[in-house]
Parts: sequence; C-alpha cells; structure tokens
Amino acid sequence: MAYNSVVLIKQVPDTKKITVRAMNDDGTVNRSALPAIFNPEDRYALEAALEVKERHGGTVTAVTMGPPAACELLREALYMGTDRVILITDRRAAASDTLATSYILACAVRTVGNYDLVFCGRQAIDGDTAQVGPQCAEKLGLPQISYVEELVELKGKTITVRRDVGNGYEVVRCKMPALLTVTDTFQEPRPFSAKALMRSKHARAKLELEKEVAAALPGADDKAKAAEVAKRAAALEAKKLLIGQWTLDDIKADLAWCGRDGSPTKVKRIQSVVLKGSGYVEYKNTEADITKLVHQLIDDHTIG
Amino acid sequence: MSNFLLDNEDIQFHLKTLPLEELAAIQEDGFRDAATFDYAPANAAEAAENYRRVLELVGDIAGNQIAPLSEEIDREGSTWCDGVVTYAPGIRRSLDLLAKADMMGFTLPRKFGGLNCPSTVYAAATEMVSRADAALMNVFGLQGIAETINAFANEDQKQRFLPRFSTGAVTGAMVLTEPDAGSDLQNVQLRAFQDAAGQWRLRGVKRFITNGCGEVLLVLARSETDEQGGMGLSLFVLENNEQVRIRRIEDKLGIHGSPTCEMQFNDVPCELVGERRRGLVTYVMALMNGARIGIAAQGLGIAEAAYREGRAYAYHRQQFGKRIEQLAPVADLLVDMKTCIEAGRSLLYYTCTVVDRDINLQRRLDEDKYATPEAKSADNKAQKQYKRLAALLTPMSKYYCSELSQKCANDAISVMGGSGYMRDYHAEQLFRDARITTIYEGTSQLQVVAAIRGVTSGTAEKMFAEFDNRETADQEEQHLREALGTMRGKLQEAVEFVKKGGADYLELSARAMVDVAIDILVGYLFLEQATQSEHKKVVAKRFIRQALPRAKARMELVMSQERSTLDSYAEIVGAMVEEEG
Repeated sequence: MAYNSVVLIKQVPDTKKITVRAMNDDGTVNRSALPAIFNPEDRYALEAALEVKERHGGTVTAVTMGPPAACELLREALYMGTDRVILITDRRAAASDTLATSYILACAVRTVGNYDLVFCGRQAIDGDTAQVGPQCAEKLGLPQISYVEELVELKGKTITVRRDVGNGYEVVRCKMPALLTVTDTFQEPRPFSAKALMRSKHARAKLELEKEVAAALPGADDKAKAAEVAKRAAALEAKKLLIGQWTLDDIKADLAWCGRDGSPTKVKRIQSVVLKGSGYVEYKNTEADITKLVHQLIDDHTIG
Repeated sequence: MSNFLLDNEDIQFHLKTLPLEELAAIQEDGFRDAATFDYAPANAAEAAENYRRVLELVGDIAGNQIAPLSEEIDREGSTWCDGVVTYAPGIRRSLDLLAKADMMGFTLPRKFGGLNCPSTVYAAATEMVSRADAALMNVFGLQGIAETINAFANEDQKQRFLPRFSTGAVTGAMVLTEPDAGSDLQNVQLRAFQDAAGQWRLRGVKRFITNGCGEVLLVLARSETDEQGGMGLSLFVLENNEQVRIRRIEDKLGIHGSPTCEMQFNDVPCELVGERRRGLVTYVMALMNGARIGIAAQGLGIAEAAYREGRAYAYHRQQFGKRIEQLAPVADLLVDMKTCIEAGRSLLYYTCTVVDRDINLQRRLDEDKYATPEAKSADNKAQKQYKRLAALLTPMSKYYCSELSQKCANDAISVMGGSGYMRDYHAEQLFRDARITTIYEGTSQLQVVAAIRGVTSGTAEKMFAEFDNRETADQEEQHLREALGTMRGKLQEAVEFVKKGGADYLELSARAMVDVAIDILVGYLFLEQATQSEHKKVVAKRFIRQALPRAKARMELVMSQERSTLDSYAEIVGAMVEEEG
C-alpha cells in the first residue's frame, strides 16, 4: 500500500562557516553573515520520506516555517523529488521558541491532513535542541520514534525501523500514523534530479511573485500589480509550480500559542564567551608525567 | 570539498560566452518537446538556463560526492572472479548517484528518458566528472553507445535499449579492439554469422574492452567473409549474458576503477545495427568521434585536477623563506599549466559547438521536413562545412587535451617534488590515470594522421581566415594578430614544402604542423575571448607570445628536411637483438 508523508524542514545558518562576523556584539547570531542552508538532518528526513515513496508509492509533502527566503529550501526539496511544498510564513510567528514552533507545525501537519508518517530531522544546527520533532508528536497525539537510521519495513499500518541508541541500536515497530526523527546516519540523501530541477526551477510562492511583479512593473498601481500576481500564480498553479503559502490563520492556529506570546522560553542572559589560551603545561617524557597527562585528559573529558 | 563548476572561473566564463542559446535552438528543434515533457524548455533562454543548472548539479556531485571516493576507487580497483566483474564500491556508488540525478541519458532525446543536452554541455559535465575520478568518467562517458544506438539502430531497438540507459539501469561497452586489431580496426576478425534460422551470432575474442561487463554491448564484427577490409565489418548489439565469457580483466597502470575486459564470444546471439558493411566506416567512426570528444574532456579534467594539486602545494610550501610559487621556475610551470588548460578548454568547447551544429543539421536533413528546397540546400551546404571542420577539430582536441593531461600531471609532480612522487598525495594517481588518455580511442599519432588532412587541404587555413575578419584599434591585439598571421604564413609555407617531399616526409612532419595549427586556432580563440575578459587578455598575450617562437622553430625544422628518422633509422637504432631465454 502507498503511504503519505509530511516532512518538516528548516532553513538554518551554516554554523560550519562561522567567522568573526558571525556573532553580534550582544552575543546573538548575526544571520546575515552566514549562508542559509538546508538543515543537514532535515535532508535525511526528506530522504527517508522519499525512500518510503520509492518503495511503496504515495506522496511527500514538505513544510517549512520561515521567512520568504525559505522558498529556496522548498525548491531544493522539489529538486529531490518532493510532490508538494508549503511555506508557513507569518510575522506573528516570529520569536517562537520550540514549544510555539511545534504548535504551529502541528497545526500545519493537521491542515495537510491524510498522512501516515511525519518525518523530522533529529535536530537543527542553529538551536541544537532536538525538541521540535518530539513536541510535534505530542501535539498531534502520534507515537514517535527518534534517532531513526534505517527503515526496516512498512507493512499494512505498521512501520519497523532501526534507531540509534548511542552505544548500539534497537529495532522498533509501531503503528502508523507516527512521527519519526531521523539522524545523519540514515542513508545519504539523494542528489537533485536534473529533470526535477529543470521542471521546478521556476516554482515560486505568491510572496515571491509579488516581489517580482513589483520589480517588473514599478509604475503600476496596486490593482494592476495584484492582477499580474494572480495571473502569474494561476500559470504556475496550472503547472503545479506554485509553492503553497500559509499564514497562521490558514492553519487555524490559536495566536496565544504562537510567536512571543506562545513562547515560555525566556532568555535570561546571553554571554559572549571568548576562549583565550593562557600558558602551557610541560610534561616530560617520564612514566610519572605521562600518567599525569593521561589523568588530566580523562578529567577534562578529552579522552575516555 | 567544493562544487567543480562554482570553483572553476574558466568553465563559468565559457558558459557565459558560449552560444548556448543558439545551440539550444538547433538542438531543440522549435522547442516542440515542451508540449509533451514537463521538464523540456519552452525557449532558448530557458534551455540555456537548464544547461547551466545541470552543470552546477554535476559540479556539486562531482566535487562533493565523487571526488572524495577517488583514492579508494584507485586503491581497490575493479575485481574479477569466475568471469564476474565487480566495480570498486566507489564506482558503484558514483554511478548510482549520477543515475539518480538523471545524468546517464545526458544527450538522449526526451522520448527515451534523456536530457537532450548538446554535446558541448556533455563535454563540460564529462570534464568535471573526470576531474573527480578519471576512471568513473569511462563509464559515464560511454553514453556514446546509447547515442550510436539512437543514431543508427531501428525504432524497435531504440525502444528496447535506450530508456534503460537513461535511468542508469544499464551501462554499455563498445566492443571493438582485438589482439590483432588495435589501431588498425580494419583487421577485426571476430566472426558474425547467421545460423540456419537466420539468427546472427558472434564468435571470437575481443581484448582491452572498457566496461566489457556492461549490460549492453556494441560489437564490431566481420559479417562478410569474402571481404577482408573495413567494408566487411558490421555492427551488432546484444544484451550481455553468460554466453559472453569475460576471461580476465587487465592489471593496469591507472584508471583502476574502470574494468578492462578480455571477452570471448561463443556463438552468442545478437542483432544487426543498421546496415551490413557500414559497421566500421559509418557507425564506429561516428561512435569514435563522440568518444574522442569524451577523452578530450577526460584529459582536461585530469589536467585541471593536477594543476590544482600543484598550485595548492606551491602556495603552502615554503622554501628559501618564501612560498615556492614565488620562485620563477615553479611559477613558470604553474602559469604554463594554467594557460594550456585554458587553451585546451577553448579548443574543446569550440570543437563541440561545431560538432553540435554538424549533428543537428544532419538530423534535420535526415528528417527532411523542409518547407522549401532552398532551406534544405542551405542546411546541406552548412552541414558539409561543419562536418569538414569537425573532422579536423575532433582529433585536434583529443590530441591536445590528452597530451595536456600528461603534461599537467607530470608538471604537478615537478612542482611538488618528492611529495608529489609519494602515494600520500593525489598527484601520482593523476599521473597514472592520465597516461591512457593519449592511447585509447586512437593514439596521439593517429589523431595527428586524422588532423593533418584538414591542415594540408586548406580547411584549417580557411578557418583561420574567418577568425581574422576583424579590424582592431587595440595596438596590443593588432600585434598579437600579426604574430598569428606570421605563424599562418610559416605553416602554409611548410605545408607547400612538405607536399612536394613525399608521403613519408609528410607523415614525419605532420605532428609539428598540427601543433602549430592548434596554436594558431587557440590564439584566435583567446583573442575573441579577450574582448570580454581582462584575464583572457593576459592569457592571450602570454599564449601567443610563447607560441610564435615555438611555431618558427617547428616550421624551420620541417623546412630543413631533417629526414634522419626516415633515412638513418637502421644506422641509429641498430639491429634488433632478442634477449636470450
């Protein structure tokens, strides 16, 4: 039988490319200094969903919450073989912590509806909390399997997977629908397909069309611009290239649970920690000194 | 880890300046596929955008996924056990990636699942794949087999074979060489015969077959027993099966990831492709021309990889209190490598644009759907010209770019010194991998034989004259144009001289004349590029100023009638002394 999957993906600053400009003076992240990328483990989550589709058929829908620039992420999802992509974008969602984010995403998944599996990356490289996936599962009332690294079997309404438990693995089976969080030990994500790339390169969300039209018709009045946007959107829709764009209203989210109001996490203090080298310890090539060195390394958890 | 397109300014420069939209227009034939295939472009601008995006994707896969596997592919190599060939795991993985990315039907029509890209774009892709792993390029580059089926097989055969090439479900092998038929393919002896039921069957042995373990084999065989020359040969296609025994794979100097098979055909059933007797003279010649472009791109990719190894080392390595790239002899090696790579790329891409025009006009003529006889006759005339040019440029590119790969691999080791000789560095693998490129698909010597015809017939000079059609106010450029003019004069003088000197002296002098002709052409190409890039201005100046004295010396040697190779071979080389035992 075929299975429908929803994948929750996120655009993140590439924290591997940290430079001096990456931190603001107040210790917050300077997002403009870092390239925005597909959160690495979310690519594995998408791969897992596409693997399910390849083996059993069904559809894959990718959902992201973010600013307009996140459309690029959704196009990349299309290039990998995703059937449908949706951008949740709403100023009222700004400053959401993991609780609010998972609430909004859960609303979005419910709005997509008719799903057998929800996939998330284990965690995002900007916050590194690994909370959003599990919280979504709770809000959707779904069983969850975290740290998934292999799809063993999908049969009828049950799924069997292998999950990493740190010092080994376990194979677990559960009823669908279920939510899975996927680690980067899952099979390598597939490359973009050239055909999908050619097909979907002009996929746009409505807010992107608005921007394009504003640039193309600088003198036109609002009505003319709106008409042009509607025309372009209809043309894209006919080719299934219109990126879905939802607000919090579209997913029937209770605003009290969204954005700053819905986020109990309070940042008490941000500290800009600058590591400085100071002095050095010399160990001689003697039994006693080497023992001391080994103990030192164990004590500060460098080894062991 | 990097994207092999985005880290390569020169390829990007070409993608900006090549006539991609014009190539797309003839390749796409009115963009009629757009009505049927959702990934087909609607117009030339979109097609050109597709080409660039696809190449960016190839660059990503090549740089970030394949290149890191190359060393392991080289060390592990292909293996053979009881007639079964197994690819190195990295080759398998890379082929899977390329298949998933839809790259295995690069030039095939969309109705067979392909991307319908021009060969110019395919050459750029091949270069990047080869830079990542030269051995993998052999399997990736064998897409010419599918192209040959597409060009010459019947509709039923195309339907059965081509879609599987596009999905990557099958790879192919061109089964030509035999123990006694290498460069001299006219001597192929493997028999093709029809049994009582009229079924064609193959009997005999083939050797040095790249990817002979591939699923679809194109075999050149002697179907006409009464005809000993090339006209007795036909081309056959079959699915590889147990009746084809792979007796061994070769233990080679380089490209370890590419299995080179010895194959025995025991009355294996097969199908004729096209018409009898045209196997070598028409089909294999077309196949070979495509393959030569592929090897040129492979050479270029190896050269690029080697240059980067050398450059990175010269930048980081300090001796005498400075980076060694600041030492003139080292700098000279690097500048020379870089200039020659840009020369090779210019030559190859120019060749490909000519080949694309030739192929597409031929296709249009074959389809014969012209509105007016004048339109047809115009195409006919243009196609003849492009065909003639392609016949000159294809061997030139293969010769230049494959020699270039050896030069760069060699010079990279010179730059790196002792470190370059060690297996800890990638340079030694590139040196080994490069060596085959001047041998297979026709040796450098054979490329010269093919190219010299166009040089002596006037085709080359006519081409130069077309490049020299522009007045320039730029003194510097004028100066360089005059240098190229001098080189042309020297070359023409030598051509006339050699024509009077007998066939053997022409053969002896051919390489020097082809070398000069290539330098002239590249000089003109650089001058065209210099109008669009300051960097290319500098490169053009360097190249032409070095080429002029080189050309003078070469042509002086030809004019001097230095015939010792012909006249004094026995005296200098002496009698053959066989080793005892």
